[in-house]
Amino acid sequence: MIYDICTIFWRDWLVLRRRMFRFILSRMITPILYLVAFGWGRGRMFAGGDGNYLDFIVPGIIALNSMNISFNAVGSPLNISRLFYKTFDEYLIAPISPVAFVLGKVLAGLVKGLLSSIVMIGVALIFKANIVVNFWFVLVIIMNCIIFAAIAVVAALKMNSHEDMNNCNTYILLPMSFLCGTFFAAEELPTALRWFIELLPLTHTSLLLRSIASTGYVSIYSVSILLLYIIGALLLAVKTVIDCKE
Amino acid sequence: MIQIENLAKKFDNHTAIDDLSLHIRRGEAFGLLGPNGAGKTTLIRILSMLTKPTSGNVMINGWNLSAAEEKIKSIIGVVPQSYNLDVDLTAWENIELHGRLHHVPQNVRRKKIREMLSFVDLQERASDKVASFSGGMKRRLMIARALLHEPEILYLDEPTVGLDPQVRRKLWDLIRLMNNNGLTVILTTHYIEEAENLCQRVAFMDKGILIACDSPNALCATMGKFVVEWTADDFVTKQQYFSERVQAANFSTSLPNAAVIRRVNLEDVFVELTGRKVGMP
Repeated sequence: MIYDICTIFWRDWLVLRRRMFRFILSRMITPILYLVAFGWGRGRMFAGGDGNYLDFIVPGIIALNSMNISFNAVGSPLNISRLFYKTFDEYLIAPISPVAFVLGKVLAGLVKGLLSSIVMIGVALIFKANIVVNFWFVLVIIMNCIIFAAIAVVAALKMNSHEDMNNCNTYILLPMSFLCGTFFAAEELPTALRWFIELLPLTHTSLLLRSIASTGYVSIYSVSILLLYIIGALLLAVKTVIDCKE
Repeated sequence: MIQIENLAKKFDNHTAIDDLSLHIRRGEAFGLLGPNGAGKTTLIRILSMLTKPTSGNVMINGWNLSAAEEKIKSIIGVVPQSYNLDVDLTAWENIELHGRLHHVPQNVRRKKIREMLSFVDLQERASDKVASFSGGMKRRLMIARALLHEPEILYLDEPTVGLDPQVRRKLWDLIRLMNNNGLTVILTTHYIEEAENLCQRVAFMDKGILIACDSPNALCATMGKFVVEWTADDFVTKQQYFSERVQAANFSTSLPNAAVIRRVNLEDVFVELTGRKVGMP
């Protein structure tokens, strides 16, 4: 099982290693734009709890960035390999378990999500943001990456066109990026919407990263929610791989 | 080696395979012939465990297809119709990925990759990305990949479709060599001459139904040895079959239009059985 997980990861690592410079460079663009637009440009005009707005949004941007990268690093290539190149069949006819396939892909998404988070934290520090990065901070990013990489496996194997795959970004990831406590606190939303938003994993990632970065407080409730999402997303991903046969 | 009983595969609004029973022997080169949509690829996908049958039973090497997936996967090699190589990887890396997925030990793997690349004459291109390969090179690389874990059965789905005649003949030599080495080869094709050249037995499929199965010679013998072919006044091509050349020659001289006398081939058998040509949908 471990060997098979490593094999799945090895393939993605080979490709990433060749494109490492391009990958890191491209991952710097979005956080820099967010920081310039929302943090640097308008930052100090908005109140976001204690401290300045830049310090408020940096954990949120790290949360949404790790979500987007881990999802897209797994989802798009897997969807293309299934629908266009048909290379996914090579994994289906190999004597490996669906669990190994899912964990290998999730590991690849996790590594890319972590790399981009490191880039994001580096850029935030250049922008003179005050954030504390400790064990819990990293653990929450890891949990967030695992959730969205696993969801990406499900989406890649369920969506039957590249357009549908892009729609996942437009209708799911993009609204979450803005509403899940990333740029403003979820309490400011209408009650019904807030209740819904507080069910989503990215909200808890944002809350956790912000509280850890500012005060060091770790909400066990939010960590538990993320853990439930991890279990659910991984089980769903494994089931989706098993159901892949026509 | 492969025992198929009453196999059926139904999709939402059509039946791809209908009550198919077939026995393929160990070491045999077996051809599945039929027009597009006959169910050949669906059958290969079921045997490769990429598609689930709706009903029926398949035994491979004495193992039930649904109960011994991992064991069966370790003894089959699959070369699908589409070029399903990983374009982000080199030729070597594509085969290495396959070797890792099939648990070929590292020390054996490196030696086998060299052997396989040499076998398909691609050793010089080992470090090149496969995106730059021609169709024939990709197909050869896919065969090398499928053989790396030393399977006992090789499925080839339309192995020479889209390739030029020289490359096609090279691939035929390769397939013959593999079969002579004891590998059971099952190939789908709609090229009649491919089946005649490579297969000890062929099965005709049409609209998901197995309509005939025997050696090419035995199938042709059911029609006679020679065929007279001519174009009638209504521009329809007609055929008449004869067991002796003399009979065929006498008949052709009695025709008002020009006629061709030739040996019966598998295409004639298929046309007679289905009323359609093999390459026609």
